[in-house]
Amino acid sequence: MLKYNDKLLMLVFTILVLTGPIILAPFGAGYPDLLQRFVIFGILAVGYNILFGLTGYLSFGHAAFLGVGSYSTVWMFKLLTMNIIPGIILAIIMSGLFALLIGFITLRRSGIYFSILTLAFAQMSYSLAYSVLTPITNGETGLQIRLADARILDAKNDSGSLPSTNLFGLEMNDTWRTTFMGMDLQFNVGFYVSAFILIAVFYLSIRIFRSPFGLMLRAVKTNQNRLMYTGINTKPYTLAAFVISGMYAGLAGALLASMDPLAGAERMQWTESGSIVLMVILGGASTLLGPVLGAGVIKYFEAIFSRINDNVLHEWFDILPGFLETFMVWIVHPFVGKGWSLTLGAVFMIIVIFLPGGLMEGANRIGKRFVKLKRGSADNAKTPAE
Amino acid sequence: MGILEVQNVNKHFGGLHALNNVNLDVKKGSVHAIIGPNGAGKSTFLNCLIGKLAPDTGSVMFQGKPVLGQKPHQINQMGISRVFQTPEIFTDLTVFENVMIPCFAHRDGSFVLNAWKKVKGETGIREQAEQMLLDVNMQDKLHMNAASLSRGDKRRLELAMCLAQDPKLLLLDEPTAGMARADTNATIDLLKHISETRGITKVIIEHDMHVVFSLADTISVLAQGAIIAEGLPEDIKGHPKVREAYLGEAEV
Ligand SMILES: Nc1ncnc2c1ncn2[C@@H]1O[C@H](COP(=O)(O)OP(=O)(O)OP(=O)(O)O)[C@@H](O)[C@H]1O
Ligand SMILES: [Mg+2]
Repeated sequence: MLKYNDKLLMLVFTILVLTGPIILAPFGAGYPDLLQRFVIFGILAVGYNILFGLTGYLSFGHAAFLGVGSYSTVWMFKLLTMNIIPGIILAIIMSGLFALLIGFITLRRSGIYFSILTLAFAQMSYSLAYSVLTPITNGETGLQIRLADARILDAKNDSGSLPSTNLFGLEMNDTWRTTFMGMDLQFNVGFYVSAFILIAVFYLSIRIFRSPFGLMLRAVKTNQNRLMYTGINTKPYTLAAFVISGMYAGLAGALLASMDPLAGAERMQWTESGSIVLMVILGGASTLLGPVLGAGVIKYFEAIFSRINDNVLHEWFDILPGFLETFMVWIVHPFVGKGWSLTLGAVFMIIVIFLPGGLMEGANRIGKRFVKLKRGSADNAKTPAE
Repeated sequence: MGILEVQNVNKHFGGLHALNNVNLDVKKGSVHAIIGPNGAGKSTFLNCLIGKLAPDTGSVMFQGKPVLGQKPHQINQMGISRVFQTPEIFTDLTVFENVMIPCFAHRDGSFVLNAWKKVKGETGIREQAEQMLLDVNMQDKLHMNAASLSRGDKRRLELAMCLAQDPKLLLLDEPTAGMARADTNATIDLLKHISETRGITKVIIEHDMHVVFSLADTISVLAQGAIIAEGLPEDIKGHPKVREAYLGEAEV
């Protein structure tokens, strides 16, 4: 078994995240909008993994907390200030309270019944946001900031244009661009703010994984009965995990709204919840790095594959004779553009069937083979000397 | 007055009268064996003690406090631990982690949110768990995955987990079933050793008469849900009703 050193893991993780804009530029993913998504959905997935990866409780409702976080934050932008701090704080509190309520009810059941209950709750939240709660959520249109909003903490805005979200004056959409070896590098404030938060909450998740609390959560996953007959009240443990992961989701929602100050009901839809599950399973549930990896891969697919249209395809297959070109475009067409989720679905199936432990299992297998090869050659080298 | 007092417990499963007016008085520090043929209701009886099942009627008092109506974790925290007929362990965790959990449960109670401390830094708990595994002679299997243990080792692990809680009453449901003779004897020695050093009261269910007669102070015989005989081992050995129940000589 490979043993990871947490300090080393933390160091490598920090470096990778902070150099993201440079590393990902060659892959066409080095622009702020996508980089921000990587990091924010990484936070979401890391939090989701604390529930699903440790306790095995499969929630289909985490998008609801994402939405609650976004709405809370936009309200702070409207009422208090465009500084993102109050919004983030309110988002974490509100999503935590909301998770406490939903968790309290749904955790009365386990397994598939728990999943269905969370799904039902999330759909209810979506419907509420979409129609009933229009005064708070602005229904179909979504909640946006306006010039006329109070923003009682901010100086009066006479510019006539909407103010930008900021962190004590540092604007989220500020980007410093430079060209390096022909690559366009973009260092964006919003990305770095989110990145530092991701690093902090990733560290928190390591601590949770390694704590007695984390041990109890893993025990819940293996044998909840044994845990009960060992004097542990499992309900508050699972509820705490649920609330913590809900707060992570709320934080992610707050950051989404901080990058782009609007919140809509579609963020709470069950497909959104489903994609969180995909991220975590694809990357490797109950591993530390897997969820971040999964979130990155899915957001990358979403961004890159959905941008490919028929024109691009015709360009790709330009060298082929006319009828073959048309044929190839016809074949590939359903998998790109709006059909990118078809590709994702196929990739997901392949991973789950051949690598049930997700991408992290793949990485581990490669790592092990590498170690074996090395050991093998070391043994070979030793034998003749004896 | 016994540490455990069971009065008039009845349990029905549909038309089956699984426990028929069961009374039991377990003295503090004693080893009380319950024997009886398959399907007699022995496991069902233990289930009623630990809150897994709720009896239809009757009362169960542990150290003068009522047990019925309490949740399983509350009953355990009162000082009652159980080894199950089929080992209940945390198969995805290591042997060491399996034993650390009851140590935590014993020290911290049924819930505590220590999400910031490291398991690695819990030296007290770790030493305790190591000592416990030394006692059951599994110190060399510390870092093995519990799922990969042999059946006998799984039982010993579960026993270690229960003992790690320092219970006042230990319920053992066929603790040596599926063990080789040598392991059975080792388990008997271990249980005897524990009785001498810690004085834990035990209720033990066994089919193996060798185990029963080496350990028990008192024996109750359960057949078709009812206690048909109770007494010292010598008395039970030759009891006609017991022979009847075991040999299946049907009454006409
Ligand atoms: N949860 C349940 N629901 C329905 N019937 C049950 C249940 N648990 C046990 N029974 C039935 O009650 C009777 C007593 O079962 P129990 O497991 O207590 O027997 P036992 O004395 O432990 O037998 P063994 O020596 O085989 O372990 C059996 O007929 C069994 O089928
Ligand atoms: Mg039984």
